[in-house]
Amino acid sequence: MSARLTVPKTYKLAIGGAFPRSESGRTYEVRSPKGEFLANAAKASRKDARDAVVAARAAQPKWAGATAYNRGQVLYRVAEVLEGRRAQFVDEIVAQQGVSAAAAGAQVDAAIDLWIWYAGWCDKYAQVAGNLNPVAGAYFNISTPEPTGVVAIVAPQSDSLLGLVSAIAPALVSGNTVVAIASEPFPLSAISFAEVLATSDVPGGVVNVLTGAPAEMAPWLADHSDVNAIDLAGAGDIDWVDLQVRAAETLKRVIEPGEILASPQRIAAFTEIKTVWHPKSMA
Amino acid sequence: MGFLEYAPAPESRSILQLKDSYGLFINGDFVEGRGGAFDTISPADESRIAAISIGSDEDIDSAVAAARHAHTKVWSKMSGRDRGKYLFRIARLVQERARELAVAESLDNGKPIRESRDVDVPLVAAWFFYYAGWADKLDYAGLGANPRSLGVAGQVIPWNFPLLMLAWKVAPALAAGNTVVLKPAETTSLTALIFAEILQQADLPAGVVNIVTGAGATGASLVRHDDVNKVAFTGSTGVGREIARAVAGTGKSLTLELGGKAANIVFDDAPIDQAVEGIVNGIFFNQGHVCCAGSRLLIQESIHDEVIDRLKTRLSTLRLGDPLDKNTDIGAINSAEQLARIQELSRIGEAEGAERWTAECEIPENGFWFAPTIFTGVETSHRIAREEVFGPVLSVLTFRTPDEAVAKANNTPYGLSAGIWSDKGSRILAVADRLRAGVVWANTFNRFDPSSPFGGYKESGYGREGGAQGLTAYLKGASA
Amino acid sequence: MKGGEVTTVESTNVAEGSAVTAALGGNPDNETLRRFLHGLPGVDAVGLEQRSAALSTRSIKTSSKAWALDKIISLIDLTTLEGADTPGKIRSLVTKAAHPDAADPACPQVAAVCVYGDMVPDAIAALGSRHGDPDDGLISVAAVATAFPSGRSSLAIKLADTREAVAAGADEIDMVIDRGAFLAGNYAKVYEEIVLVKQACARPDGSSASLKVILETGELKTYDNIKRASWLAILAGGDFIKTSTGKVQPAATLPVTLLMLEVVRDWFRDTGERIGVKPAGGIRTSKDAVKYLVHVVETVGEDWLQPHLFRFGASSLLNDVLLQRQKLTTGRYSGPDYVTID
Repeated sequence: MSARLTVPKTYKLAIGGAFPRSESGRTYEVRSPKGEFLANAAKASRKDARDAVVAARAAQPKWAGATAYNRGQVLYRVAEVLEGRRAQFVDEIVAQQGVSAAAAGAQVDAAIDLWIWYAGWCDKYAQVAGNLNPVAGAYFNISTPEPTGVVAIVAPQSDSLLGLVSAIAPALVSGNTVVAIASEPFPLSAISFAEVLATSDVPGGVVNVLTGAPAEMAPWLADHSDVNAIDLAGAGDIDWVDLQVRAAETLKRVIEPGEILASPQRIAAFTEIKTVWHPKSMA
Repeated sequence: MGFLEYAPAPESRSILQLKDSYGLFINGDFVEGRGGAFDTISPADESRIAAISIGSDEDIDSAVAAARHAHTKVWSKMSGRDRGKYLFRIARLVQERARELAVAESLDNGKPIRESRDVDVPLVAAWFFYYAGWADKLDYAGLGANPRSLGVAGQVIPWNFPLLMLAWKVAPALAAGNTVVLKPAETTSLTALIFAEILQQADLPAGVVNIVTGAGATGASLVRHDDVNKVAFTGSTGVGREIARAVAGTGKSLTLELGGKAANIVFDDAPIDQAVEGIVNGIFFNQGHVCCAGSRLLIQESIHDEVIDRLKTRLSTLRLGDPLDKNTDIGAINSAEQLARIQELSRIGEAEGAERWTAECEIPENGFWFAPTIFTGVETSHRIAREEVFGPVLSVLTFRTPDEAVAKANNTPYGLSAGIWSDKGSRILAVADRLRAGVVWANTFNRFDPSSPFGGYKESGYGREGGAQGLTAYLKGASA
Repeated sequence: MKGGEVTTVESTNVAEGSAVTAALGGNPDNETLRRFLHGLPGVDAVGLEQRSAALSTRSIKTSSKAWALDKIISLIDLTTLEGADTPGKIRSLVTKAAHPDAADPACPQVAAVCVYGDMVPDAIAALGSRHGDPDDGLISVAAVATAFPSGRSSLAIKLADTREAVAAGADEIDMVIDRGAFLAGNYAKVYEEIVLVKQACARPDGSSASLKVILETGELKTYDNIKRASWLAILAGGDFIKTSTGKVQPAATLPVTLLMLEVVRDWFRDTGERIGVKPAGGIRTSKDAVKYLVHVVETVGEDWLQPHLFRFGASSLLNDVLLQRQKLTTGRYSGPDYVTID
């Protein structure tokens, strides 16, 4: 008796809460380290990147306007759903990266734990990074971190899930929305992760995931006037200096390529300190 | 004899003992620049003040080398407590020489002595006092224990608040343990050079602060120098953009404090007389040469005519003239070049159909002057509603609802500052939340304090100056 | 307010289509007054005080200073308001008012002397032919009235107090408002009292003593209250609004005076009518007084610097002005032995 014929998954892009194919109609083959065909991933174009920015911008005010408690709960819910799909993510990581199940499991666990760590920051970060400033005058003066806006991310290329999570999560904490370019060789976990987001309570457009060639899409994001910050964490192998030069045109905040440490500094990188003054008087 | 035309009350220049020419301040001494020299003039009468050296690439090399040496051998090894003591000394010396610094600033920059005396110089001293106390408390700056200095900071500052911008840059850099090469603006080097004398009086170790005067090329040479670890710039968005490009890929830390086009929003329940004062202070303070100036006045349509009427009445009492006269409200435009830009944008405003009103002022014969000017009937698509004029020119727009006010206020690539005038607390807080600006003044405007972070969103730059945030811009965490 | 009292006001004071009914949108009663007064734009205290501080940095030199010192003298209500006032004290005050600087006949005289109502006859007697309108180079007599300084007495007594002073020849009446009624929100009572006192200022020949309404700003405490009380006093027909009795601290301050000048400016803008302002109490030095002049000039204009529109309620101020004046004349600093003690 022959084995059951499996139903392979179609991996698409995640833009604005929907899962469209690339408008270009292009796909590319994702293969295991041994060269086995795993899936076709959408090869996103500059227009997909543009659409993702539009979706991220549209979602940003509401995400930033939600209470910090609410953002924390929404993000925590993501971890719950991710935990429930642990096996799927382990399988995908094993298939893409060719690592052991144990190593893949450790990556998923680390991603979930990191996600919870950041979720918990939502309603604490402003307390740590904000100040009541003792100005010399009859003024109430307070500084508070606010989201920068739309953050473009070139996710780490060397792994499939943890890198993406460690880049996205700190941007979401303060209320930014994200356009992330997934790892080019390991894009499948990123799309599955977007499915997790879609089935938890994260509003559409808050996280948009593009798969394809970072070298092709990133320049458009670095140039895009409606992107406020760009995280080049995973851009070390492409011409990231050019991306930084492009980002200078609209003075985007840029994080240079490198290892991502779990730190409030990572949250700070995508925030703007806003200082508000108001007079104080009994008279 | 009337009273309104107060008799002249000039601040005495005798307190100033200026040299005929100034060199560069490198490694604790004044040395001659290798790039030639130019005369700095008083914008109020175009008279020559002194010759200023132009720093060449070699001079920048020497200055950066001196700063590197001082960082490695002296400043990074010194205890925070002792660094702090030097900063306290500097603060005290600034206070002791406050009048001299104020006179020099007004002479060289053209700003009224009332402002240099009551705003600029006191804030300079306050800035050094504030950061002096931080020097031995860096563990509490927010980066964890044992944060480290970045190294040599290359700092380029503008001409609108010459000495104050120096303080904003130098004080946190030194407190954090960095050494400095500072390039003042071409037209306003004088107070930086007097400040160099103060550093000598304070016995600051040689090379900890180096001041290299010159024009754009000198600044470009500094920010591009390979041995600079941190670049800090205040100035135009155009130059900020160039610096961001130049720094790309170098690993240098960068903070930029750039242009603005701040909305000053007046709601119909505003404390009206204070709002009018705030509008005046917002755009006519320092001749409007203020990056955070409230240059776009957004008035709720229902009170537009009344506010404009009151504003015009108020502006007619402003005194334009000799910056050194203690009763002058509006001084000179800093340079012929800036004056030309203000005139050009004002012409464009008229051509675009906005209605121009200019306060009646007697304009002195020599020097660079521009009378306070209001454009009413400005629409969001007019250039004078979008471009930074950096002069005493106010563009007036209207709005109908709080949502519309916020939308218009945010409708700019800039995001440095904003103002809100209303008696309703909940509305102030909600509007402040929604404004995309780094500093929001509610029922006040143009207030500054060393403990209060200052800096912009979007194309107004990145990083903050002032407060703990201003300190961490010159530090890295122990783990980084 | 109950109907009967209000009727008096309506029938005697408020004409159809007057500035008052236009402003209030009806006849003055607690409802219309509250609606109007609480509809005024608020005052931000810090901003007001900053503006005042900025005006206070004006540097007044040479010719401007000489002009200012003489102007200050000519705007002073030279005041004695003591339980121990006697005819002799009043004669002394009047002499000082007419010849402030015994050594300089060119020294201007003050605008008025300000005394308790029962001393008015003594003041008039002492002034003799010098009694009259300061615009004519003469000296007026101002009397405090209406159970000054607390105002805690019956309306009948307050009105009688006023009528007596006017009958005795007072040119100006400095009344106090009922601060208790004001703070209790009974604006109509405050309003009506002012209206009735104003009526009591009328003389048989149809002329009227000028009415200064003392707000006692030190008891109203907030700038919003002071602004409302200023409007209330003007609506009710006050010719002047005055800060203080001098018996309560703080008395006159620069920010309070600035605020009152702004109200007067706005009333003029709306109606074309000029109302006077009188800071009183606590102004002791020339330097301070010059700051007041600057506040006036830069808020309502130099037109206001005349005795019918601006006064200083002061006693010790005069001698300090004289010392400064002597310094300007001689170039040497003067001393207290070179001015008369009263």
